Amino acid sequence: MSIVACAAGDEHSPGTHPKFSPDMLSAYMDLNLTSTELAFRDQVRGWLHDNVPADWEKRRAEDEMLARFEFLRAWQKQVFQAGWAGIAWPKEYGGRGATLMEQVIFTEEMARAGAPPLANVLGLMLIGPTIIAFGTEAQKKRFLPSILSADEIWCQGFSEPNAGSDLANVRTEAKLDGDHYVINGQKVWTSYGWAADWCALLTRSDPNSTKHKGLSYVLVDMKSPGVEVRPLRQLTGESEFCELFFRDVRVPVENVLGQVGDGWNVALGTLMHERATLGAGMQVTFKRQFDRLVELSHTVQRNGQAAAEDPVMRQKLAQSFVDIEIMRLNQMRAITRINQKGVPGPEGSIQKIFWTELNQRFQQVAAELLGPYVQLTKGDHAVDDGGWAYSFLRTRGNTIEAGTSEIQRNIVGHFVLGLPKSY
Amino acid sequence: MQFGLTETQQTLKNTVRKFLAAECPLAEVRKQMETETAFDAALWRKIAEQGWTGIIFPEEYGGFGMGMVEMAATLEEMGRALLPGPFSSTVLAAGSLLEAAGNEGQKEKYLGAICRGEAKATVALLEDSASWSPDAVQMKATGLTLNGRKLFVPDAGVADFLLVVARMDGDLALFVVPSNARGLLVTQMPAMDATRKLYEVTFDNVAAELLAQGTHARKALDRALDIATVGLVAEMTGGMQRLLEITVEYAKTRKQFGRAIGEFQAVQHQCADMLVYTESSRSAAYYAAYAIQEGIAEARLAVSVAKAYASDAYREVGNRAIQVHGGMGFTWENDVHLFYRRAKASELAFGDAAFHRERIAKLVVDTQGTTEEEMLLATDKHG
Repeated sequence: MSIVACAAGDEHSPGTHPKFSPDMLSAYMDLNLTSTELAFRDQVRGWLHDNVPADWEKRRAEDEMLARFEFLRAWQKQVFQAGWAGIAWPKEYGGRGATLMEQVIFTEEMARAGAPPLANVLGLMLIGPTIIAFGTEAQKKRFLPSILSADEIWCQGFSEPNAGSDLANVRTEAKLDGDHYVINGQKVWTSYGWAADWCALLTRSDPNSTKHKGLSYVLVDMKSPGVEVRPLRQLTGESEFCELFFRDVRVPVENVLGQVGDGWNVALGTLMHERATLGAGMQVTFKRQFDRLVELSHTVQRNGQAAAEDPVMRQKLAQSFVDIEIMRLNQMRAITRINQKGVPGPEGSIQKIFWTELNQRFQQVAAELLGPYVQLTKGDHAVDDGGWAYSFLRTRGNTIEAGTSEIQRNIVGHFVLGLPKSY
Repeated sequence: MQFGLTETQQTLKNTVRKFLAAECPLAEVRKQMETETAFDAALWRKIAEQGWTGIIFPEEYGGFGMGMVEMAATLEEMGRALLPGPFSSTVLAAGSLLEAAGNEGQKEKYLGAICRGEAKATVALLEDSASWSPDAVQMKATGLTLNGRKLFVPDAGVADFLLVVARMDGDLALFVVPSNARGLLVTQMPAMDATRKLYEVTFDNVAAELLAQGTHARKALDRALDIATVGLVAEMTGGMQRLLEITVEYAKTRKQFGRAIGEFQAVQHQCADMLVYTESSRSAAYYAAYAIQEGIAEARLAVSVAKAYASDAYREVGNRAIQVHGGMGFTWENDVHLFYRRAKASELAFGDAAFHRERIAKLVVDTQGTTEEEMLLATDKHG
């Protein structure tokens, strides 16, 4: 996405202008997949068609969290063994060595097929890419293959009770003691903390430092003595995330990722990946939900007629379609930019603002359309096993997780628009 | 996949930007909007010399032979400069309609004149119902004679000829009427956006030339409206971009409480929202241009998505631009209101957000389980 291009050349004086010649034009922009990408897509589609567990949609509503997680771990193993995990990761660490575009295609096809998510989502989307970017050869060999195979599940220990939006206020201490760091402190809002074998932990390794300096990014074995995990129940009723407590936890120095004291930059790499990649696949999920909602609109009654006939609902459904389509187009432009520049940039914040607020509007439209039925969480009268009730509640987290909308707007204001830093 | 301008497209865009910055700065826009027709013959000649009056038309008619994406890039810059006058009505609406509907002789005569910069033109569609659906057209042609009135006709005051949408034996039909035809009366409808004038045109036994009728006329009109709508959305994106630039600049320099107001999050977040609206409109505009260029099945849907989004977005960007400027934003002297007025006019032109949302609903809500081809036929039938 283009940042504000200012008026270079605006001071030209009137007069003659060089005429632009049409033969200077070469290719149009091209939104088609290449033949290689198309072949890849068909291959993925075929594999998913044959392998996505048929009873998955039902299990989602019924399974207990732990049983469900083991199911997802087995699913990721199956995906890994078929060669689909870590599409854009280097081959020598178990990846497929393919392009980012193919990774995006895979993610979209997973959503299109309604496939279960991969269990090690944080390892795959955030921590793995950060290890690829900052890790030593030994770290890459040690950690990457087991992220892909789901043999080791990862969580991310960033936020603390007093370091939320103000992440640079991290207080969890890493104190050097011989060839180990000794960790003391508390983390919060740690997704999958209850399932994790490893934690990517942001710590303060220089006790005299403040803010962004003196932080280190440490890879911690969750089975180490002194690690305690306490589940936190979310407003959806699930306990997807946890509090983590570290009491004199010893971590070998070779588990620091990147330079000691450079943890902020390493963490920033993770955050940019988080913002850039979290949306891929979500778009297809929204489109599937939209198609389902349209289907429902022909049977659900509103004001004595099918909701699909109600002028107000028609407007709202169409606006949801517009939003979801714009998200797809913004995403394509963002991927083009990442392909050109190699890394995600602060523009990922634009995407994150857009899709999280779109989802909140969309779930409200769904709730209006379904009327009293939307509140039912289970039972014979619940629509789609209560999936809409869940989505409605879950969407409140979207504008908070991975950096609140307010933080995203700060990033856009300062780093994209060049306004003075506000905090 | 590559979703961005190619280097050459970017070069074209820069060329247009430099040209307009030199030939039509905002001071010049203000001068032109104070005139009777907001038209400057000298500027028009220079634009024609650049080849832009024939931008998307075949070289055999004197056109430039470029694609829709190049057109969108050009129009984005025109919107950014707030270019006054009849470019869109002449080139995009009338030009595209002539290309799609006219016979060889008519194309050579009328489209050729547009490409060469010799003629300005406009399309007269709306009537008292103010509906953008061709189905709403009621004006009757008796043989080749027109009677009745059209409203909201852009730039009719400077057009050399008008393309008129009417009904002949119940069928939709398109006519060419020279602006000096006997019985034609053109009266300005004073409106918010003074950079682009609107007119009432009455027809009292006006002799007309038939361009097309029936399905052919309808298809040509649909195509011309789609092209003109995409051009408009690109223009709107350019306007949003300019408002964003002006507003961010103001927020960086205006000081209150001893610091730049852009340092306050209440202000900064408004600017961030403006960027989200602008970039999202840009994505939608270029995708719709691409979809028409490639002739893909859901091109009409892409056009409606773009216009539905940009119609709300330009107004919202304008709202925030005025708010961030505070008292200055409410003055005549400040340029923001010029764009705000254009935003409102653009929102209403070629159907507002509600109009396009209903068009989208016909395509994606009513047609469950039908093929894309059937969807297109459905819109052809019901507008």
